[in-house]
Amino acid sequence: MSPLEWISNLLLGAGLLCLFTGALGLYRLPDFYSRTHAASIIDTAAAALVVVGLALRSDSFATIVRLLLILLFMFFTSPTASHALAQAALQDGLRPWLAKRPRKTRARSGGAAE
Amino acid sequence: MNGFVWIDIVLFTILAATAVGLARTRQLFAAAMLSGLFSLTSACIFVLQDAVDVAFTEAAVGAGMTTVLFLGTLALTRSREKVTPPRRSIPAALIAIFTGGVLIYASTDMPPFAAADTPVQQHPLTQRFLDDSMTEIGVPNVVTSVLASYRGYDTLGETVVVFTAAIAVLMLLGRGRPATSAEPKPREALPQPIQHDQRVLRVVSKLMLPFILLFALYVQFHGDYGPGGGFQAGVIFASGLILYALVFGLDAARAAVSPAALRRMVPLGVLIYAGVGFATLLLGGAFLDYNVLDAHDPAHGQHLGILLVELGVGITVTAAMLMLFYSFAARGVGR
Amino acid sequence: MIASHYNYWIAVVLLMIGLYVVMSHSNTIKKLIGLNVFQVAVFMLYISLGKIEGGTAPIVDAAFTVYSHPLPHVLILTAIVVGVATTALGLALVVRIHEAYGTTDEDEALIADRREAERT
Repeated sequence: MSPLEWISNLLLGAGLLCLFTGALGLYRLPDFYSRTHAASIIDTAAAALVVVGLALRSDSFATIVRLLLILLFMFFTSPTASHALAQAALQDGLRPWLAKRPRKTRARSGGAAE
Repeated sequence: MNGFVWIDIVLFTILAATAVGLARTRQLFAAAMLSGLFSLTSACIFVLQDAVDVAFTEAAVGAGMTTVLFLGTLALTRSREKVTPPRRSIPAALIAIFTGGVLIYASTDMPPFAAADTPVQQHPLTQRFLDDSMTEIGVPNVVTSVLASYRGYDTLGETVVVFTAAIAVLMLLGRGRPATSAEPKPREALPQPIQHDQRVLRVVSKLMLPFILLFALYVQFHGDYGPGGGFQAGVIFASGLILYALVFGLDAARAAVSPAALRRMVPLGVLIYAGVGFATLLLGGAFLDYNVLDAHDPAHGQHLGILLVELGVGITVTAAMLMLFYSFAARGVGR
Repeated sequence: MIASHYNYWIAVVLLMIGLYVVMSHSNTIKKLIGLNVFQVAVFMLYISLGKIEGGTAPIVDAAFTVYSHPLPHVLILTAIVVGVATTALGLALVVRIHEAYGTTDEDEALIADRREAERT
C-alpha cells in the first residue's frame, strides 16, 4: 500500500469516527442546540475528512477538482445551515438546556399561532 | 457478496425506516422534512443502480422543490393532523397488506435482479440505443439522446404536462390575492424577509447564488456529455431563485424575475420544443426528425435539435417551478 | 431468492406504506406525502429493471462495454418532474379546500358539506 493510500485510509477512518460521534450525539444529547451541534460535526468535520480522503484515492484530476469544489461548497453551506437553524430556534423562543432564567421570548412577527 | 450489497442494505434500511416514520408522525412539518430525506436516500439508490440522471433529478426535485412546496402549503394551512381512527386504519392496512402480498407473490416470477438475460436487456431496442446512438446522434449520454431524440414525442408530452400543471395552479391560486380576505391581520407566510440579524445567511446565500445558477447552466448545456439536461437544470435554476426568495423576501425575488415574465416563459419553452418539430416538418422531415436540420451532416442536425429541445424543456421547467413557488408564497402574503 | 429479489421486495414494501398512508389518513396533505412515497416505490421498481450486473451508467465511453438500460431512466426522469408538477396541483387544491372549509381534513370537509345540504 502506498503512503498516499495510508493517509487516505487514516482520513477516512477519522471521518468515520466523526460521523459516529455526531450520530451518537444526535441521538443522545439532551436539547435542540446540543443536538444541532452534534449534527454540524457530521456535515463539517466528517464530510470534509471523507471528501479529502476520497480525493487522495482518486487517480483522475477532474474527479479531484470536483471533490475539492464540493468541499468548498460544503465549507460555506453547512455551517450557515446550522447557524440559521439555531438562530431560528432562538428567535422562536426555544431556551437552551442550561439557561437558568427564562429568556425573554421575542414575539413572533405576524401571528403564526392558530 | 460484494461491498455494494452492504451499501444497499444500509440504504434500504434508512429508506424503510424513513417511510415508517413518515407514516407514523402526526406533525406534518416533520413528515414533509422526512419526505425530503426519503427522496435523497432513494437518489443514492438510483446512483448505485447506474441511473445517474434520475438520481440527479430526484435529488433536485424530491429534496428541493417538493419539500419547499409542502412547507409553503403548511404555512397556509394547519400543521398537525388528527389521530387516524381504527375504522380508517384497519381496512387500509388490510388492503395494503393484501396488495403487498400479491405483488411479492408475483415478484417470484420476475427475473433475478441485474441478470443479463432478462427480457429488458435482451430486447433488440437495448442494443439499438446503446450501439447506434453514438453513430446516429453522436451524443455520449444515451439517456439524453433517448430523451430528446428517439423518444422526443414523449418528452414533448411531458413538457406540456408541466405547462398544464403550472396553468392549473395559477388558475387555482390566482396571482396571490384571494377574492375575500376575511382575516384582518396578514399572516406570516414562508418567504417573509428574514430579520436583519440573519447576516450570515444573507451573505452566504448571496455568495452562493451565482454559482448555483452557473451550475444550472452547466447542467443544461453539458447534458449531452454527462448526467444532466433540461429537466434537472430547470429545477436547479428555480431552486437558486427560490433560495433568493426565501432569504431576501418574495418582493425582492419578484423584482428580479417578474411573474409576468414567467407567465411568458412557461409557454415559450413549449413553443421552442414544438417549433423545432414544425421546423423539421417544413424542411421535409418527420415531426422532430432532427436529421434534416443540417443538410450536410445528420449528426450535427441531431446535436442542434437536442440543444434546442433541451433549452425549451429547461425554460419551461424553470419558469413553471418558480411560478408554482410564487403562487403558494404570494397566497400567504396576500392574506 | 433473497439475494436476487430483495430489490423488488423493498419497492413492494415502500409501495404498501405509501398505499396505507393514502388510504388511511384523512388529512389531505398527509395523503399527498403518502402518494410521493408510493411514486418513489414505482420509480425504484423501474430503475431496478434497467440495472445489469457489472454495468455502468449509460454514458458511452471507450473504457466501458456494459451499460445499464437507458430507457427506464428516461421514463422515470420525466415522471419525477411531472410528479412534482402534479403534487403542486394537489397542494393548490388543498390550499383552496382549506380556504373554503377551514380544514385540510377530508372527513371534516364532508361533514361540513352534509350539514350544508341538510340546511338547504
